[in-house]
Amino acid sequence: MALRGITKRFPGVIANDSVDLELRRGEIHTLLGENGAGKSTLMNVLTGIYRPEAGTIEVWGEPVQLRSPKDAIDLGIGMVHQSFKLVATHTVTENIILGLGRGLAPVDLDKAEKRVGELSRRYGLEVDPAASVWQLSIGEQQRVEILKILYRGARILLLDEPTAVLTPQEADELFVTLRAMREKGHSIVFISHKLDEVMAISDRVTVLRGGRNVGTVEAAGTSPQQLSNLMVGREIRFTRFPRRDELGELVLEVEGVSATNSRGLPALTDVSFTVKAGEILGFAGVAGNGQEELAQVVTGLIQPDRGAVRVNQRPMQGASARKFIDAGVSYVPADRHGVATVGDMSLSNNSVLRRYREAEFGSGPFLNFTAATIYARELIKQYDIKTPGARTPVRQLSGGNLQKVILAREMTTRHRLLVVMSATRGLDVGATEFVRQALNEHRHQGGAIVLISEDLEELLSLSDRIAVLFHGRIMGIVDAADAEIETLGLMMAGRPLSEVGA
Amino acid sequence: MAARLELRLNPSRKLEYLVPVFSVLLSLVVCAGLLLATGTNPLVAYGAMLREAFGSSYGFAEVLVKATPLILCGLGVMLAFKMLFWNIGAEGQLHMGAWGATAVVMTGWQGPGWLMIPAMMVAAMAAGALWALIPAYLKVRLNTNEIITTLLLNYVAILWVAHFIYGPWKDPVSFGFPMTQQFPPGAQLPRLADSRVHLGFLVALALVVVVYFVQEKSRWGFEIAVTGGNPRAAEYAGMNAARNVLVVMAISGGLAGLAGMVEVSAIQLKLLKDISPHAAPYGYTAIIIAWLARRNPWGVLLVSILMGALYVGGETVQITMKLPVNIVLIIQALILFFVLGGDILSRYRLVFDRQEAVGGG
Repeated sequence: MALRGITKRFPGVIANDSVDLELRRGEIHTLLGENGAGKSTLMNVLTGIYRPEAGTIEVWGEPVQLRSPKDAIDLGIGMVHQSFKLVATHTVTENIILGLGRGLAPVDLDKAEKRVGELSRRYGLEVDPAASVWQLSIGEQQRVEILKILYRGARILLLDEPTAVLTPQEADELFVTLRAMREKGHSIVFISHKLDEVMAISDRVTVLRGGRNVGTVEAAGTSPQQLSNLMVGREIRFTRFPRRDELGELVLEVEGVSATNSRGLPALTDVSFTVKAGEILGFAGVAGNGQEELAQVVTGLIQPDRGAVRVNQRPMQGASARKFIDAGVSYVPADRHGVATVGDMSLSNNSVLRRYREAEFGSGPFLNFTAATIYARELIKQYDIKTPGARTPVRQLSGGNLQKVILAREMTTRHRLLVVMSATRGLDVGATEFVRQALNEHRHQGGAIVLISEDLEELLSLSDRIAVLFHGRIMGIVDAADAEIETLGLMMAGRPLSEVGA
Repeated sequence: MAARLELRLNPSRKLEYLVPVFSVLLSLVVCAGLLLATGTNPLVAYGAMLREAFGSSYGFAEVLVKATPLILCGLGVMLAFKMLFWNIGAEGQLHMGAWGATAVVMTGWQGPGWLMIPAMMVAAMAAGALWALIPAYLKVRLNTNEIITTLLLNYVAILWVAHFIYGPWKDPVSFGFPMTQQFPPGAQLPRLADSRVHLGFLVALALVVVVYFVQEKSRWGFEIAVTGGNPRAAEYAGMNAARNVLVVMAISGGLAGLAGMVEVSAIQLKLLKDISPHAAPYGYTAIIIAWLARRNPWGVLLVSILMGALYVGGETVQITMKLPVNIVLIIQALILFFVLGGDILSRYRLVFDRQEAVGGG
């Protein structure tokens, strides 16, 4: 299969900019790139969900037009998504044949079950064809998804971050299966953030950055460092915001914190750092290395298993998210629609989402909606938020304006600590610049900021210091003024600062 | 050509209120068709229903009598729906409330007479609240599906009441009918003027106002709305979702329990089997009311009165025109059907795709 010059534009962004990609028969080819680098768009083009504005796709040497997911399946291209699309109460076999029937023709379940059993044995995808999906572990459910596309005759498999949801053992088993499929002549496109995995499984690796293919390399001839350099780019240009000369007192202290994620797997191990008033501490790292959990631990949304968090020198052991808010912790989460706002509520209600208990917005048990509206109007003016009005449901706002609402709300000067995650992801140039300016001003007004981002340019231009997370551990903390991108890249690939020897 | 639903970017506010109105009208039209098929002139039937419900002071008093438990249950169900807790159990909570109120009477009230009615109210609300807390607790701790648990607990509550009226609380001189003795006058809610409308109606009116302020004006009401709108945002805003589920359900069950109390204390004057109309039980009608009312307490008041009229009108045409009382249930079911359908169409747009010519593009 070959892709040539694939270009896909969305309003305001070029998601894929004339991308070339070649996939050989019997090859495991990894697509690597930060969030927003264009991997998902490319996969959606390959599976016929998006149509590219330019470029050609060849499958088995023939140029083809992919107009729908069905076209892709007919050509033997199948995709396993990150979130499974299975019916929990149905059996494995029923899930696999779902949608394959024609009209009212009866389904021969026994025959289908036999074929599923055969496929499962042939590829080492162990799963009971008669079991109900709700009884299966996550790893087994993933096998069902893979069987589903094999059953449809897929020869080209696209796997979107398949290991993100797996335990290390399950990931190892998956790799055995993938190698078996390669032996049998299947071609696999593998998407991952985890460099060590990529090195272990791939034949070749293609790195995407900013929608462009910045290099395809043989896995045997490369190193994690080279890959991470390709991912973040060596020639980053940025302007450094002025820092504060004098830092204030300690605002956040994190000491020996370990935490598990929602699936019970270790996400943070022995993490320690401090942030002072007037300081921005940046956190770099490839996505999924504990950033989300770090943000949740310092905002009280999850409790650490071990270690201590202190805010304004007060211990926060066992404190709820509400206690953290009361202690002066603001938080701008990465997920603006899913976590940070209520889409159907008005801008004015959203502007007091985390402040509705403050005296300013009511008395006793009552909430003063008029005060909230007046406050929202101030924010709209101050932050130049484009909206029909304070009563407009925030669902109708653009990404940049929604982020302004969230930032405006969270940047209250009364709160000393601001935790920001992926603050500019998906925003256009103007909005990005605005957000960075705002964060810089907040620092100069004495705010302490934990800035979690995958965007090294952003981290380098704003941070006082930069910490690098890898597999839930801090690889080291460096001064942003003399941080070298090479060093950061090595640390993002899992080398501790002491070994890098900066 | 294939039809599919497409999300509307800006669902219309007006549509939100037009859907219930049109649903009621449409259900009346469809029901008219059914009436025609059975050889009845629907206009005559509807006319008789309307005249009875709104044309005489006796009829309208009956409407308010029926509306009273509907308002109470409707408010409770609405609060639970507001935070997306699907409480289908108002009927069971109403039965437990009736049982709790009766328990105060049957155990022989020793306190001052003026306190007996308040004691019955408190007992009824406590019983309804506890009953509602069972599914709430199961939801919070084990994430059970509350639609199933609240629904099934209805049957348990109805059988619980049956156990007492067939057994320990049965009136020895009831000629075998399963019911308690008539309540003493001190356990009967006072009536207003010369009608069957009773103090419970005023209590229900007062609670509409209270619920309005709690839901629309209070900080806690804001928490409920946020939790219903986006549970993850509620967590992010430091709201305690688990505790709110318990509190909301305690209130929801307490209100339904109070409905049970007013029915036994003001209308039936004893505990018996059909405290809630068999054809269309109040606890289930409350679900339709909460939905039609657009989760607005004033809407609950308005819709409850309309539903009360439907009950009264239904009874009338049963007597005068020999129509089955199930007409009430049919109209209710049709209304809910049209509202749910209408809600989908107000949030989505129906789009017809013509299949593209193969080879194009």
